[in-house]
Amino acid sequence: MLMRLFLPIVLIFTLSFAADLAQASPVDTFEFKDEVTKVRFQALSKELRCPKCQNQNLADSNSPIAADLRKELYDLLQQGKADSEIVDFMVDRYGEFVLYRPRVSSVTYILWFGPALLILIGVIVVIVILRKKPASKENLALNTAQQEKLKKLLADSADTGSSSAPSSVEKE
Amino acid sequence: MNKIIRFLPLILVIALGVVLYRGLSLNPQDMPSALVGKTMPEFALSILKDGNKTVSKTDLSGDIVLLNVWATWCPTCKYEHPYLVDIAKNPQVTLYGLNYKDDREAAQEWLTHYKDPYQFSIFDEEGTLGLDLGVFGAPETFVIDHHGVIRKRFAGAIDTRVWRKEFEPLIKQLIAEKEQGK
Repeated sequence: MLMRLFLPIVLIFTLSFAADLAQASPVDTFEFKDEVTKVRFQALSKELRCPKCQNQNLADSNSPIAADLRKELYDLLQQGKADSEIVDFMVDRYGEFVLYRPRVSSVTYILWFGPALLILIGVIVVIVILRKKPASKENLALNTAQQEKLKKLLADSADTGSSSAPSSVEKE
Repeated sequence: MNKIIRFLPLILVIALGVVLYRGLSLNPQDMPSALVGKTMPEFALSILKDGNKTVSKTDLSGDIVLLNVWATWCPTCKYEHPYLVDIAKNPQVTLYGLNYKDDREAAQEWLTHYKDPYQFSIFDEEGTLGLDLGVFGAPETFVIDHHGVIRKRFAGAIDTRVWRKEFEPLIKQLIAEKEQGK
């Protein structure tokens, strides 16, 4: 009986504790001057990569440096800096590495144009293979000497084939 | 010609294997710093031992300056510290500290407890200079030449092996450059 009374109380406590835990995850409480800035903040923090935890962007990462950079990003946005200025600011300090979409430069040509190049190579290979086929069909056409030979063979097989033909029918 | 084409997939797979295998032994944290080749950023921060004394980049004097980023919250810094005490005895380099996002009292205590290898430590509580230097953790060590240009950034702990491999060749090169009057 006592247990029945206590159980809801215990449940409520554990649930509220769990709720506290959920709130404890680091969610920044930035106040943006307008809705556009907020959207830009969200877009940029997804585009910029955390230098410490390399497979996460700034929005995802819980590492202290990501939190610092989110703060810096927020400050720069509030100062009215343009997106390109903010990206330059980050690249000046952390290198091209912080960009999830690397800039087109001699170092990143292979990244940007590699896939297109591979598709092009594939298309060329396919074209070359397809081009070969008609050429082999021409060879299939018989010249007059071969046609004569073929007629002869057919005539021969017509004689011998007449006896074998019924046997194949029987098999069915 | 046909035979070569037949073996082409095998050759490609082997080449891919070599590339991927090489990737396994690379350290992803080993990144080129965006600041190598640039001058040391400006700053005005207090020193660790005296909150009223402000230093700037002109106070980092010395032909070859080592700027070591450290903090009491960083366990690797503890491992590195005895080597830094050794490096401080090396007359070729001048060692400064950058106490990064730390508590002043705890950091002062650390230096009295483990010896202080630094000429002085810059106290960067907010991590502003750290941000300008592209620091994303501790320890990190920057090598600055006699022109005030950052020549190297090393992320991770310095020990004897790392010092020989990563720093000694550069220091020799910098000394040679200075002698040539570059």
